Amino acid sequence: MEQAGASLGKPRDTKGGRATRRELFARALAAAGGLSALALTREGLAKEPAILDRPDDWAPGNALERMRRDLERALAKPMEKRKWVMVIDLEKCIGCKACTVSCVAENNLPPGVVYRPVVEEERGEFPHVRKRFIPRPCMHCDNPPCTPVCPVGATWKRPDGIVAVDYDACIGCRYCLSACPYNARTADFGEFYTEGLAEGSEAFAGPRASGYETRPSFEYGKEWRRTPGSHASPMGNARKCQFCLHRIENHLLPACVTTCLGGATYFGDFNDPESLVHELVGSSRMMRLKEELGTEPSVFYLA
Amino acid sequence: MNKGVKTCLWAAWIVLAAVAAYGLGERAVAGKELANYGSYVPWGLWVSTYIYFIGLSAGAFLLSSMVYVFGVKSLARVGRLALFTAAVTLGMALFSIWMDLGHMWRAYEVLTRPNFHSMMAWMVWLYTGYFLLILAELWFELRCDLATRAAAGGALAPLYRLLSLGWTCPTDAAELQACHQQSLRVLRRLGALGIPLAIAFHGGVGALFATLSARPYWHSGLFPILFLTGALVSGGALLLCLVSLLGAGGSEREQKELRVFLARLVLVLLVFDVILEWAEVSIPLWYGVGSEVGLWKEILFGHYGYVFWVFHLGLGVVVPLALLLKGQASRFATGLAGLLVATTFLAVRLNIVIPPQTEPHLRGLAEAYSDARLRFEYVPSLFEWAVVAAVVAAGMAVFWLGLRLLPLLNGEGPEEDAAQTVSSEPVAVAASSESAGDAAEREGSAEPSDPDAPPAIQASPA
Ligand code: SF4
Ligand code: SF4
Repeated sequence: MEQAGASLGKPRDTKGGRATRRELFARALAAAGGLSALALTREGLAKEPAILDRPDDWAPGNALERMRRDLERALAKPMEKRKWVMVIDLEKCIGCKACTVSCVAENNLPPGVVYRPVVEEERGEFPHVRKRFIPRPCMHCDNPPCTPVCPVGATWKRPDGIVAVDYDACIGCRYCLSACPYNARTADFGEFYTEGLAEGSEAFAGPRASGYETRPSFEYGKEWRRTPGSHASPMGNARKCQFCLHRIENHLLPACVTTCLGGATYFGDFNDPESLVHELVGSSRMMRLKEELGTEPSVFYLA
Repeated sequence: MNKGVKTCLWAAWIVLAAVAAYGLGERAVAGKELANYGSYVPWGLWVSTYIYFIGLSAGAFLLSSMVYVFGVKSLARVGRLALFTAAVTLGMALFSIWMDLGHMWRAYEVLTRPNFHSMMAWMVWLYTGYFLLILAELWFELRCDLATRAAAGGALAPLYRLLSLGWTCPTDAAELQACHQQSLRVLRRLGALGIPLAIAFHGGVGALFATLSARPYWHSGLFPILFLTGALVSGGALLLCLVSLLGAGGSEREQKELRVFLARLVLVLLVFDVILEWAEVSIPLWYGVGSEVGLWKEILFGHYGYVFWVFHLGLGVVVPLALLLKGQASRFATGLAGLLVATTFLAVRLNIVIPPQTEPHLRGLAEAYSDARLRFEYVPSLFEWAVVAAVVAAGMAVFWLGLRLLPLLNGEGPEEDAAQTVSSEPVAVAASSESAGDAAEREGSAEPSDPDAPPAIQASPA
């Protein structure tokens, strides 16, 4: 019996079993630590630069740094040589809507006007359910259905790819709103969040006191003030995301890019093969919304 | 028009005017805050009423062309009325769409900096041409009467002088005859020019929607045709209603002939319109699969299904069809049928404009950002209806003024001759050289028209 027992191996005691698992765990830790230590050595960096340039391996801050450098290179070129595009990694978007809010703040958007809502999509059935978050800025289509419809030519595709609106010319017919297949344009109905609230009303004391709603926005590099009681532009106009053109021209990335918590939004010049966006657009995960319409969006998603 | 109808119309106008005052006041002070449309349903009631009124205008105009260009004798007496109706309803349409603009005072930009890629820019240019054409036609049609009235003196003489642009009517019979002939020629040419123009601009209104690839429901080649047929049906029905209500000069027999002719025309057009509509509905629905099925089900059986079944199909098609088939001889029946078709056509226009906008382009967009303007639902607000009341009240007022001040109903102008000229050239001279006594006799047997009307437009020679 003993022999048999010896040949079959000792029956495991609980103590021994615990020791084995602890050992395995320790080995795994050591291996992982060793690998990462190796990866962080200078030689490791020198050997595998391409891998480290992949955005997945960059902390979000680093991707921002790279995009800033891309931005500087692009701005050094003449405007018509740039092609601004945006890439949104849906695997990274956590649905926090920080981009939506930062966009509202950047452009002082009034009630009913939104440039970048985040659409939530639920897939599967319980218990296998997943959520996907799809931020939806203006697609800055290369073949935009919204521009040729404008009766006064107040909206057009710029050479750098941005689809712009001239607030001073727009008559507010909203034909472009009807023509956009992404619902990406909204109309400014001249409303105010704090309108009609009694003076000193608790809930809105902050925004009113800080003058948030009457502060100017700087879309298209001009100063736009919305004042209650006036109907001046941008009130009465069609409004949409303009890739924060006023920020770009001041060497800043769009507000949604810098505030994206998940580091999911990338921006840059597609005409620059060195740019991060150029690299990302080449991904096998790349897709665009409603590709079949032939609108050729400049916003790419990594699905 | 009998007293009861007249009282009703006045009462309706006073109510409309009161509501209109609220609507216009609100529009001036608060802009469009109380409007229920938003950014996801960007076009609402006012766009619907715009295409509705523009349809009435195009329809009425095309019928007037039947008089001036094709010389359809049976319609000769409605030439002036049709032209004037086209002008008034065009004004109502433009008033409607003007109210809808975010920057009303920039509307002129469509003329000063047009983008001719845009269907909308084309529309505005075509309307401008069309409006000038109607004015020119009306002037040639009325110039003799206006000049006569200007010469007759009286308090309104300066107005008539202004309207006749200082033109004086020859007194010599032969010269008068030559003048009439000239008017006829000009009217025929202008009318001929007007036909492609009316087809272009109203087909164009259909194309304004149909060219938008973003919305499959609108993106249909049939749309411009559907719009044109709709224009003819609704415009014809409006004229039928007006003719039944106001008479159009001439003997009772002539008036009846006119009503029966118009009634048959509306009947045929209505049936044709229904056939086109059947194609529009049945093709996307037949197999129950496809992108438009849901939308059509919503239109037919959704919350607002009654707009289709009650207002359009019931009151706008079935009842008028029955009235037109059974009661062509009755002035009441033709008037009611015309009124029903013409007014309920707004239901068709609403069903064209609103439902396709209530479908989000991206599922989940409605929940992505909450705001009253970011909903995929729409029911016009009271304020929006009040503005429409203003458009209608203004249209009624201008129409009433026109009836009182202009010789729109008595066929003293050249249009009568126009019909005859084309039907047979030699007869035209004979007919137009008809003795004054004959003409007076004919006018005298006309239905008594508005007793309050100033003597100048009284159908009776008194
Ligand atoms: S997404 Fe819409 S608004 Fe933006 S460019 Fe394309 S069609 Fe125009
Ligand atoms: S809303 Fe403004 S930008 Fe849009 S089509 Fe009309 S005029 Fe052009």
